[in-house]
Amino acid sequence: MEYLAELWQILLVVLLLVLGYGFGRLAERRHYRSILRREDAFGDLIVVCSKTLPESAGAPATRLVMGSVVISVDYFKRFVAHLRMLFGGRVHTYESLLDRARREALLRMQAEAKALGAAMIFNTRFETSSISKGQDKSVGSVEVLAYGTAVIP
Amino acid sequence: MITSTLENVPGRTITQHLGIVQGSTVRAKNIGRDIAASFKNIVGGELKGYSELLGESRKEAFERMIQQAEAKGANAVLNVRFTTSSVAQGASEILAYGSAVVVE
Repeated sequence: MEYLAELWQILLVVLLLVLGYGFGRLAERRHYRSILRREDAFGDLIVVCSKTLPESAGAPATRLVMGSVVISVDYFKRFVAHLRMLFGGRVHTYESLLDRARREALLRMQAEAKALGAAMIFNTRFETSSISKGQDKSVGSVEVLAYGTAVIP
Repeated sequence: MITSTLENVPGRTITQHLGIVQGSTVRAKNIGRDIAASFKNIVGGELKGYSELLGESRKEAFERMIQQAEAKGANAVLNVRFTTSSVAQGASEILAYGSAVVVE
């Protein structure tokens, strides 16, 4: 009986890994497609990190804009990251998670600025925090906030 | 009320500095309680509920900062920054701060 219970647990982990791998990959690919499409659409909105406006800008109206997103990593990627943490080194699986989150937050900020009729965003900042350092103390999901000052000519 | 991440308001001069103003909220986040969120923890993807929750908390922190600035008699908050810090397991503080000024 005990043997069966153990076998069942192993099966469950394998099932979760397969589910995570399949759906996670699908979700990531779909997300990247949508990110690329929107990045093209927002191409004319200039986003910079510099603190001061150029002299030629005159005296435009400015507004604070922000965009944030919470993205969760899938079971498979978390498993791989756990393995990587035993040996150390680059954790590729989390890199794509953070890349997606940053770009999504930036896009949401741009969308807000665009709705205000802005031409540029100045002094853009990123802020990252991890949510749910849960039972196993692993990074489950991250929140990324992007904020800046929209310049409305 | 003008809010900005810049150090000045373009085309206008700062006549008075009123010091730092801040607003914060502390939220508990427990992903295990939420069925949709724990499902998303397996397949990955955006946690919409949490995006909204954090967006609202940030708005609240921001509003508190604005209230403080208004109480000081400011008409602009410049150099606004946001930070998030975890104060305890599963709880995090969202802080918004900036310098309150009077501009022409």
